[in-house]
This record gives sequence, structure tokens and C-alpha cells, in this order.
Amino acid sequence: MANNHLTSESKQLATWYFTFAAILFGAQLLFGLVAAIQYVMPGFLYEILDFSIARILHINALVVWMVFAMFGSVYWLLPDETGIETIGIKIGKLIYWVFVAAIVVVVLVYLLVQVGPADATTIWFITEGREYIEAPRWADWGIVVVALTFVANLFLTGIKGKQTGIVTVLMADMIAFAGLYLAGMFFTDNISVDQYWWWWVIHLWVEATWEVFVGAIAAYGLITMIGAHRKVVEMWLWIEVAMLFGSGILGLGHHYFWIGTPEYWWEIGALFSALEPLPLVAMFVHVLYDWGKTQGGEEARGSSASVIKNKPAFTWFVLNAFGNFLGAGIWGFFHTLPQVNLYTHGSQFTSAHGHLAFFGAYATILIGMMYIAVQGTNGIKIMKHTKASIWGVSMVTGGVVGMTVALTIAGYVQVLVSRAQMGATWAAYFDGQSGSWFTQAMDWRLILGAVTFSGFLLLAKDLLTTGKSPVHER
Amino acid sequence: MANKSVWSDNRFWQRSATWVTGFASVLLIWLTFDTSVQIAMGNDEDLKNGVTKRVPGPTVINYKITYEMDAKRGHEVPVIGEKENFFGRDDWSEEEAGALLHLGKLGSQAKNCMDCHTLLGNGAYYAPDLTKAWLDPAWGPNGAMQALTAKETKEEAMAEFLQHPDRYPTHARMMPDLGITAKEAKGLVAFLKHMSSIDTNGFPRNFGHMQGAINGK
Repeated sequence: MANNHLTSESKQLATWYFTFAAILFGAQLLFGLVAAIQYVMPGFLYEILDFSIARILHINALVVWMVFAMFGSVYWLLPDETGIETIGIKIGKLIYWVFVAAIVVVVLVYLLVQVGPADATTIWFITEGREYIEAPRWADWGIVVVALTFVANLFLTGIKGKQTGIVTVLMADMIAFAGLYLAGMFFTDNISVDQYWWWWVIHLWVEATWEVFVGAIAAYGLITMIGAHRKVVEMWLWIEVAMLFGSGILGLGHHYFWIGTPEYWWEIGALFSALEPLPLVAMFVHVLYDWGKTQGGEEARGSSASVIKNKPAFTWFVLNAFGNFLGAGIWGFFHTLPQVNLYTHGSQFTSAHGHLAFFGAYATILIGMMYIAVQGTNGIKIMKHTKASIWGVSMVTGGVVGMTVALTIAGYVQVLVSRAQMGATWAAYFDGQSGSWFTQAMDWRLILGAVTFSGFLLLAKDLLTTGKSPVHER
Repeated sequence: MANKSVWSDNRFWQRSATWVTGFASVLLIWLTFDTSVQIAMGNDEDLKNGVTKRVPGPTVINYKITYEMDAKRGHEVPVIGEKENFFGRDDWSEEEAGALLHLGKLGSQAKNCMDCHTLLGNGAYYAPDLTKAWLDPAWGPNGAMQALTAKETKEEAMAEFLQHPDRYPTHARMMPDLGITAKEAKGLVAFLKHMSSIDTNGFPRNFGHMQGAINGK
């Protein structure tokens, strides 16, 4: 970017990460639309780009854009928190291009090769065929190298510079995040063992380390956007870490109800995963309370000015507080008890929860970080909403919430008809899928998916253009 | 600082977070050791001696498997019964059966099965769950699939379907041709039969009972 206000190389690298993340976000929505169309018109792209391939791209793009935006967020906040330039930033920049190139190759192979023969070369070079982490084994090792470089950047900088509470939490969290990936890098004939370790990656990412990451980012956002007091914010952050890891680590048990693992996981999984919404309430309170407190302090001094230095980013952060609690907390709790999960496991209920949780807990706050980067890059003192930013946030949020409602209804039909009434066979499955409530729900999901995608286009336009808009105070 | 409360002390919360995380992690690791032993795959000796394993050995393909209500546990469990032919034989050796299962498990990943289906309930929701697919009455002697594929046995019908799914549509939503060879199909069917013998704590509930097709041994 020409004439930008960034003097830190770490922040420059952050903007690269955010840019590629936004592109992958678009790809995620596009392939999601393909899959949604296939539910309504099963012949669409049949044997050209089948549902399985569209879905791999939908969920892999999701995971990877979030990882990109998370790396970007860390590179962005490191100079602010530590007071120094990120150490080893040149290698960080080089690794970025390696990461991007690897992803482009993986995606092209998914699209053009799709499947392979049942042997190890397929696992190494085409697909590992394990949901969310389908990336072939060569790419796994690439990801390990990339993650190690990132963690090294973070640790060296954190040790040399000022080590704030936020940086300390991020250091502990990111090493666990990177290390857990190793649990998903082996092959076994025993599918129960396979899924046991597979959940170590998936669950301990999204229901433990990623949530702690969000806590740290929310803390950073509150300090930089509304000037919340660091002492208060970091105390909350430590309480959140205790609650998130205290519930989330053993909450892993709710994935071990039906995969061949022993019955004691019923009790452990039920208890700890039922506690998982609590820290999300804490995070919600944290954001809104600090906002009210800071604004109240301003008003006590006789000023009516808003304390928010970045309106669009703060909007996304507040949506994160709501969305995390609703999508991950409430929609997760719906079906986390084994008595319920026996019927809901692997149904559209799961899908409804997945959509609102990934959006509410992660997409929101990471988009917020992108706005913070736009503000910093353009040297804006107080960043305001534009028409596109308001329409973008409204349409994306409305679309995802609408899809969640539609999928919840579809899940309800599936659970009652296919599972409880008909007994879960092949015929039972299609009886449930053919009911009019199910098919109508899928129509609505497609319509609201299109709304989400249109909202994304406005959001992307805003992120690209708002920096030069005259509405902001510079 | 003497009258400052510990509850507003960041160091106190930092230590609490560390202890809570450490305790949860240690408990998880301890449980992992126990679970790993319980879900380790059994062997041919176990099957011959009637030792029940949560995940039986690959030679389970030589036996008839049913899914029956266990009064004590309050849900259905897989029951391994008498010998039964699998592709014309009931004497698959441990090596042969193991190789078949290995091929099938690799195939299930190489063809991205779980990006349409669910296995043990995990995966995508575009196609039926495969956890107990082997026990689905649709593939049995009174089901539609043997007649549709013009095959005499469940395993041959399944293998035929897997090789040419586009020839045997069961719904507008059709499985695509994934280039599955005859050999791979055999492996995949062995993988499915083995998966149906895993003790999944009663998931899925009431499987196939609505048609009354699981008749026991």
C-alpha cells in the first residue's frame, strides 16, 4: 500500500495476513453457497464439483482464513503491547509467502484432483479425508513449520519487549494451539482412535485455545478502542482463561459419547461442557461493562463524546460478545447433554450450532481486527461507520442468524423424523430429508446464505475504500 | 498494599488460571491413558474366546453382527454371533482381514466419505450416517438393495453400489462415482462391517427397528 501510516514491519505483515484472510473468507462463502444450492437442487455440479468437495473448501477456507486473521491480529498488536518491533519479522514475512503458496496448491488439488486411490500417496498429496483437517500430509508439515516461525516471532518479541498480561496469555495460548495440530497428523486403521485424537485438534482449538485467543483480542480491543483500564481488562482476561480452560479442556468429553469410548465420558463431557457457556457470559459482561464504565467516566467529567475510537470495529467486537454467547454458548448447550445428543449428534442441529458459533465467536472479532488495521494503516484518529459498513455488518449478521434459524428447524425435523421416529437408517434419513419442513428450511438457508454473501461484498468494498473516506476524524 | 483484597489481584487470577488449566490437562491426559487401553483394537483370540472388546479385531468380518438391547446398560450394543460368510469365506486370517480393513479405512479417507456422510456420527449431513450401515435392513435379504444391484449377498450388493453409485439412485441426491475399484470396494465394505461392531454406547438409538428387520441370530 502506498502512502500508508505504518512504520512497523510487524503491522505491515499483519495487513498482508488480513488481506489474504478476507479473500479466503469470500471463498468460504462462495463454496458454502454451492453446497447450499446442492441441498435444494441435487443435480447442481454433480460429478463436477460434488457436495463433498464444495464442503471441504467451505470448511477448510473457514479454518484457514481464521488462522490467517489470528496470525495477523498477533502481528498487529505485538508492537503496541511489547513496545518493540517484532523480532525475526523478515523470516515472518518470508514464511507468509510460503504459507500462501502452500494453500493455493492445496486448494487447486482439492478442486482439480478431488479424490485418489486408497493408498498412502493420496493421504500425502491429495487429501487426508478427515473433516476440517483434510489438508494432505505434506501441507501438515508445512503448517508446522509456519506455526513454529510464528510462535518464535511471538516468543522472542514477548521475552525481549514488555511482557503484558495479554502477551503472556497469547504466548501460552499460541504454543498450545500450534502443538495440538500434531495430534491430527497420523493414520490409524482404528476409527475410534482416529476420532479420539482428531477431536484433540478440532475441539481443543475451537472450544479452548481459540476462545482464549478471542479473550486476549477483546482485551486488546477494549484498551485501544475505548481506553479501558488495563488492570481491569487483564484481571478479567485471567478469570476468563481460568474459566475457558477449566471448562473447555474436559468439555472435550462431549465428543466422546458415541465414538467407541467408555461411558464415563458421558458424565465428564456433560458436566464440563455444560459449564462452557459460563466464560462466554463473563466475556459478554466484560465487554459491555467496560464500555459502560468508560463511557460513564467520560460523562461524569461532563463530556458527551463517545469513547469509541473505531465505530465499525467496536460494532464487530460487541457482536462478538453477543454471538459468542449465543452461538457457542446457547446453541452449543442445546445439544450437549448425552440424553439429547443421542438423537441430535450428527444432524443439522450441529450445523446450526457450527454456523452461529464460528461466526459469533471468531468471524466477528477478526473482522473487527481488520477494521482496526484499516484505521491504523490510514492514520485515522476516530473511525466512523459508512453506509457500506452498516449494510455490510447488518446483512452478514442477519444472514448468518437467519441461516442458523433455518438449520435449527431442519435439525428439529431430522431429529424427530429420521432419528426418533424412524430409527436412523438410510431410508429413515431420506424420509426426514424429504419432509416439507426440511426442504423449506433448506430453501431459506440458501436465500439467507445469498444475503450473507451480498453483505460480504459490501464489507469487502468498505474495508478496501473506507480508509480514504472523508467521514473519519484524522 | 496490606489491605488490598486478593480478589482484585491480577497475580492471584493468573495463578488460578495456571492451576486450573494444569489440573484439567493432567486429568485429560490420565483419562486418555485409560481410554486408549479401552479402545485399542482387539484380536482374533478375543473373538474366538468370546472376549468383548469395544473395538473388535478385523477378523470380526467372519462373524454375524447384530445390534441388540442390553437390559443392564439400557441401550443397544453390537453382539457378535456365529460365523458368517463374507465374500464367500468365513476364515479370513488376521493378516488378510487386517489388510482389508486397512485398505477400507484408507479408502474412506481417500474418497472423502465424511464430507457427505457421518462416521460414528461425525462428518457432513448430506448423506446417511454410516456407523451401523452394515446392519441397515435396506441391504438385508428383504431390503431393496440386493434386488436393485442384482446381487445375492449384502456385501456384494454394497460393493457393487460403491463402484457404481450413479447407477443405483435411492434419492434425487445421488452419490457420485468416485472411481472406487472392486478391490477398494471390498475393503470399504470390510471397514463398514467392522465399524458396525464397535460399541458406540447405543448410538444410533433404535437403529433399523422401525422396519423390524434386525432379527437377531
